[in-house]
Amino acid sequence: MRYAMAIDTKKCVGCTDCVVACQTENNVPIGYARDWIVEVTDGTYPQLELEFRSERCNHCDNAPCVRCCPTGASHIIEGGIVKVEHDKCIGCGACVAACPYDARYVHPEGYVDKCTFCDHRLEQGQDPACVAVCPTKCLYFGDMDDPNSEVSKVVKKRKFKTLIPEAGTEPQLYFLI
Amino acid sequence: MREELIVSGRSNPMIDPHLEIWEWHIPAYLFLGGLAAGILFFAGLFYIRGKEDKYPTAVRVAPIYVPILLAIGLLFLFLDLKHKLYFWRLYTSFSIESPTSWGAWTLLLVMPLSVIWAALYIQYVFQKWDWKYQWVKDALKFLSGYKREMAWAMVVLAIVLGVYTGILLSAFNARPLWNTSILGPLFLTSGLSTGAAFIVLLSKDKAERHYVGMIDLMLIAIEIALIIHMFMGFKASTRVQIEAADMFLGGQFTATFWVFVFSMGLVIPALLEILESKGKKVPFYIAPSLVIFGGILFRFIMVHAGQLSRWLY
Repeated sequence: MRYAMAIDTKKCVGCTDCVVACQTENNVPIGYARDWIVEVTDGTYPQLELEFRSERCNHCDNAPCVRCCPTGASHIIEGGIVKVEHDKCIGCGACVAACPYDARYVHPEGYVDKCTFCDHRLEQGQDPACVAVCPTKCLYFGDMDDPNSEVSKVVKKRKFKTLIPEAGTEPQLYFLI
Repeated sequence: MREELIVSGRSNPMIDPHLEIWEWHIPAYLFLGGLAAGILFFAGLFYIRGKEDKYPTAVRVAPIYVPILLAIGLLFLFLDLKHKLYFWRLYTSFSIESPTSWGAWTLLLVMPLSVIWAALYIQYVFQKWDWKYQWVKDALKFLSGYKREMAWAMVVLAIVLGVYTGILLSAFNARPLWNTSILGPLFLTSGLSTGAAFIVLLSKDKAERHYVGMIDLMLIAIEIALIIHMFMGFKASTRVQIEAADMFLGGQFTATFWVFVFSMGLVIPALLEILESKGKKVPFYIAPSLVIFGGILFRFIMVHAGQLSRWLY
């Protein structure tokens, strides 16, 4: 099993519903975010291209945050999901500095926190909160090892890019372009 | 002109607009750790070579400061932790890929070793010092038979500690300025150099000051070479590392780095030591004070600038 997400940048309108849904579902403290929208304007006026990306932890196959964790608090669970065990985290900040996507933050209570792909919802057979609420249905989630999953099929069919693959992290968010 | 404008909706504290996870605690600790490593290295080395009586400051006096320096450094590390009450988790696991874990375990060995070494020599500095309890005296008497073994352990652990202060940063691929393996040897050299400078400042013996000062001069030369190599490596690397180097080659850290760290912290003390060795009268404390000042500033700049350097996507 290998959970992954595909984000259709052509469908995303940057409404930030995914951000609000995550903050509500996961009790993210005010002022913090586990997922966010990036807006890229590219080109020469008046020929401009606009891209919206709903970003979050890439749940990397080669996760630098897990490697540098001194206590084993940052770990990988079934399905390749990168998680932090709060009671093992000392808040040293190494994983925060190690993430090239800056996907982690220090929770006001002291431990490091991040996107979990809503593994508590997955256990109940539900999609992550961000995927469930997306009004344009631009987020696809599922098992990349299963060729019939929605995410496998859309990644096979469409052109995609991953973020800074040259950092060697083997990210698992596929941005459809 | 083709341009790209990136707007992120994220504004997490300490992360955006740029990483600020490590403030003053970490660079201060890296300096103290490097300094302690330097002092222990020379104490161990001179002891093994039978130079205890020739260089008493290096072997007997300076190491007495090491437990204090390390304790302050460890206090800074503790203050930096955001989930403090769980710090003991460092010692319920060992992660071979984590420099932080290596550092925690190395310090667990270095700290008691430095305390024992300091305890063995404390009467050299404070003649009236009296260990109140008989068992302490017995223990120290027993341990004084293993000074050679301890000296060897100090040399090896000092190198591990010194290199680790650099690897702690260089292990982060996400921060292009830190991601160079030369940082390990560079921080070790800088740590040894500040250690030598510390010994020179403490020493009352002219011959010892001169000898350690010459070692420091050699270390400064190596450090200059390593810094130049670091920037050559960056400029020959990928775009993100070229941009990281440009912060020091025309960018916002140019003046601070080249004036205060490179000139005042390395070149001027080297020139002063050369003048001194040629018999010119120079107050002996100026060069080592500058070396220590440069060592502190170098770590603050590297930790701060590294957090500004990043991948763009």
